[in-house]
Amino acid sequence: MIPEDLRYTSTHEWLRVDDDLATIGITDHAQEELGDIVYLELPEVGSTVTAGHVFGSVESVKTVSDLTAPVSGEVLEVNEELTDSPDLVNEESYGGGWMIIVKMEIPSEVEELLTPEQYEKFVEEQ
Amino acid sequence: MTYVPNTDNDRAAMLSAMGLNDLSQLFDQVPDNLKLQRDLKIPGPLGEMHVRSYAAELAAQNANLDGYASFMGGGIYDHYVPSTVAAITGRSEFYTAYTPYQPEISQGTLQTIFEFQTMVTRLMGMEVANASMYDAASALAEAAIMASGVTGRHQWLVSECVNPAYRAVMRTYAWASGYEMVEAGRDGIQTCAESLAQMISDKTACVVVQNPNFMGALESVTELGEAAHAHGALYVVCCDPISLGLLKPPGEYGADICVAEGQSLGIHPSYGGPLLGLFACRKQLVRQMPGRLVGATTDYEGRRGYTLTLQTREQHIRRAKASSNICTNQALCALAATVYLATLGKAGLRHVATECARRAHHSADLISRLAGYRIESHMKFFKEFVVKCPVSVAEINRKLFANGIIGGIDLGAHYPDLAGHMLLCVTETRTTDQIGALVEGLRS
Amino acid sequence: MNEPTIFERSVSGRTGVYFQESGLDSTMTQILGEENLRHDLPLPEVSQVDVIRHYTRLSAMNYGVDSGFYPLGSCTMKYNPKIHEEIAAMPGFSRLHPNQQAESCQGILRMLFEMQCFVQEITGMDAVTLQPAAGAHGELTALMVFKRHFERVGERHRRIVIVPDSSHGTNPATAARCGYEVIQITSGTDGRVDIARLREQLSDETAAVMLTNPNTLGLFETQIAEIADLVHKAGALLYCDGANMNAIMGIHRPGDAGFDAMHLNLHKTFSTPHGGGGPGSGPIAVKDFLASYLPVPVVAQNEDGYYLNYDLPDSIGAVHSFYGNIGMIVRAFAYIISLGANGLREVSENAVLNANYLLSKVSDSYEVPYGTKCMHEFVASAVRQKPRGVKALDIAKRLIDFGFHPPTIYFPLIVPEALMVEPTETESIESLNAFADALNAIAKEAEVSPEMVTSAPHHTPVGRLNEAAAARNMELTWTVGD
Repeated sequence: MIPEDLRYTSTHEWLRVDDDLATIGITDHAQEELGDIVYLELPEVGSTVTAGHVFGSVESVKTVSDLTAPVSGEVLEVNEELTDSPDLVNEESYGGGWMIIVKMEIPSEVEELLTPEQYEKFVEEQ
Repeated sequence: MTYVPNTDNDRAAMLSAMGLNDLSQLFDQVPDNLKLQRDLKIPGPLGEMHVRSYAAELAAQNANLDGYASFMGGGIYDHYVPSTVAAITGRSEFYTAYTPYQPEISQGTLQTIFEFQTMVTRLMGMEVANASMYDAASALAEAAIMASGVTGRHQWLVSECVNPAYRAVMRTYAWASGYEMVEAGRDGIQTCAESLAQMISDKTACVVVQNPNFMGALESVTELGEAAHAHGALYVVCCDPISLGLLKPPGEYGADICVAEGQSLGIHPSYGGPLLGLFACRKQLVRQMPGRLVGATTDYEGRRGYTLTLQTREQHIRRAKASSNICTNQALCALAATVYLATLGKAGLRHVATECARRAHHSADLISRLAGYRIESHMKFFKEFVVKCPVSVAEINRKLFANGIIGGIDLGAHYPDLAGHMLLCVTETRTTDQIGALVEGLRS
Repeated sequence: MNEPTIFERSVSGRTGVYFQESGLDSTMTQILGEENLRHDLPLPEVSQVDVIRHYTRLSAMNYGVDSGFYPLGSCTMKYNPKIHEEIAAMPGFSRLHPNQQAESCQGILRMLFEMQCFVQEITGMDAVTLQPAAGAHGELTALMVFKRHFERVGERHRRIVIVPDSSHGTNPATAARCGYEVIQITSGTDGRVDIARLREQLSDETAAVMLTNPNTLGLFETQIAEIADLVHKAGALLYCDGANMNAIMGIHRPGDAGFDAMHLNLHKTFSTPHGGGGPGSGPIAVKDFLASYLPVPVVAQNEDGYYLNYDLPDSIGAVHSFYGNIGMIVRAFAYIISLGANGLREVSENAVLNANYLLSKVSDSYEVPYGTKCMHEFVASAVRQKPRGVKALDIAKRLIDFGFHPPTIYFPLIVPEALMVEPTETESIESLNAFADALNAIAKEAEVSPEMVTSAPHHTPVGRLNEAAAARNMELTWTVGD
């Protein structure tokens, strides 16, 4: 189930746009591949992220995977709940498992991202 | 004798099962021109009996601490090893196992490491400890690298009173990893707090001190820690675990990372190795901590069990981005330390520490009355102290050795201004008779 | 069969060893000062019999080489001869202070000196240090030696280390620790170094290439001489991770193939016990032109006898508090002279024979992605079993039910569902057959009753542990109430 209202990256992040705000997380497919997530390293509020660059990492028991920013901008909010409950990323990857909210600098970057159909196809091909 | 059970018949059967007729066919992958065309120049084979007698012959050429009364310390100590230690470390279920990657059949190793981690944190007054490192020297280097990672700063400020052998290793690691190590001066045989305070800056990742320091003296640990923290640097303390039977633990005076040489805890000196690096830190820093860690959890039926945890910090997962390249710990030495501390317990460790302090102070007292000798340790000391000698330390040691005594360390080798000064160590294993003999030896 | 922690056995007033009073009566407040004393010492208080029973019970929950077959790939879990333990415990070795005068410990110095010579001869190198305390520590020491070399020849700009994607994790981690940037190259389809890709990556910024030979897939790098040539033409150095030396002793010497430096794992090849994860010992051997950079001291000999030589002005410095894990070196020394030159070659011949034989016995049931010929170890894959829901992990756990230690799993990273098997030379044809039977039986189970495999192990003190909970909750010490 790939939500229709989001955009995606080939590194399995999702992005929800609300005006110039973007909420970012990882897809259900990504959490499935990683297994039980035990820790997240996320940027601090006020820092900036750059599209295509690493902004954090997500760890399961036996792997660690970089998180790549889909868009550029300032981090307005970080999901503090994940500190105590990283399993939210497994359980509600598109909901309570969101990671950061970014105030987008270049909203047009969203256009570069994968559509739900494109992402679905991408996952299937892998 | 190769400890190979298979016979010629077995080998022939195995080869023929694979459709081969000669062992050399198994090495087809090795190009002929890269095959060694001669025998290795290695002596032997020797039968077990002869190996033993040859080894015994070499062993007999060494003056060992059973035959000589040693007053030598400086990082390696002759403490009593209770009989329980060898009884447990000699169990081959422990010593012939590998790293506990399969927790279901490694609960023995895993639980002892968990107990070890707990004992180390309790001794040091810290929150978390790893499963151990090679030795105190590399543990200190790892601590400083970790401090650089935590603070984002590149300079290590290390007291000159930290064991010279440890500083040498730190210097090597600093150079290789691209950090800068600077050394804070001494005031006699103690860290000069003023000089250290002047050298701290916003480039300082950590302040590293040893307590008691290399020369046995207790440092002004609270003050030095405050100086580090005032500049946002981490406070790294290296300590003697035996002294922690009495002394305030580093966690109580602000240490962020605490390191120690664990050889004193049930491990024979073995000419300096294997040793046991103890490494503990505040819980907040655990993800930057190097080395293996064991955690408690449950199995899927709810039974309590232990497993390696936070492995994503380590080289086999994070590869080039790992917190360290370390791949082993010193598990068997950690087991020895665990059994040692369990055997002695609260009362035993207190006793050993107390006897070290008493005997050392008693010795210092006797030596201070000898003509020509002066005790330089005016401040508080634990089991080691510095004596200014009337003649060269080498000469004294030669005389002592002839009388069955291994004397102290020549401090001039490490600190030119302390030429003619000897670092003496007295542990609980030195009897009053041996102390008397030392004093007589010095007198003559 | 849970064993409570030692802390839970504590009863106030008990102790496991009794010391006599010395008769000295100074108080600690006088000597150390009240302000320096601790008030609480939260160590367990248990009797001697409690200590012994507790740790004996724990030992029964462990599996060692002495318990049974332990084919953990890349780890060389061979039998540890008991005479080594006796020798290492001799007071003439175990009760020596490292700062004793050289005259008072000629026996140990001679042994160390001879051990340096043995390592040189076995590896085909020119100079040796015994200081590194483990294989990874040896790698680090060697890369430091390389770094110093490039400083001395004015080529500090070499900042890259190349490793194949099949390498041990310690290789890239070590290079990073030495300040190098790591480039990983994809292995060729035959599992060996892809020379074209290597050539592409080599440049005047390359400091070193780190290879394991035989590699972690159990394959000899047949083109190693050509690789060495390429690396040297680029001005870089070639490092050999010696973890797999057990395959080639007396048959091939990495020094002869153009490697500039390598480490040995004494706890693998030379049979010192693994100890539950250390202590190990990782001496390194280097070519002449690197000898002056080795860590101080090295053991040397002059007319007065053996001594510790600190006079290496170009040395990288020290890497260990003293001279390394001497107790391990004593055991390895005993091993080498027990075997002699022929014995060492027989070790490798039999290690390779055992691995190939075992491979031939299981290659019908399991995918063997890199063929049916190997050196001292091989990598099989559970990809055929995976569609039935049975993964390499499950097969490993099921092997425990059959009384065996599982092989290494999920390494090398380039083989999906990898099962890496290294039987070693100290196993008999009977134990190889029994293990092959177990693996084949499990492959059958995976088809007919996969849940039997996925729910394994069935008879251990604990079942599969919740590792996610361990990482999330981080219970790293025992606290009252646990």
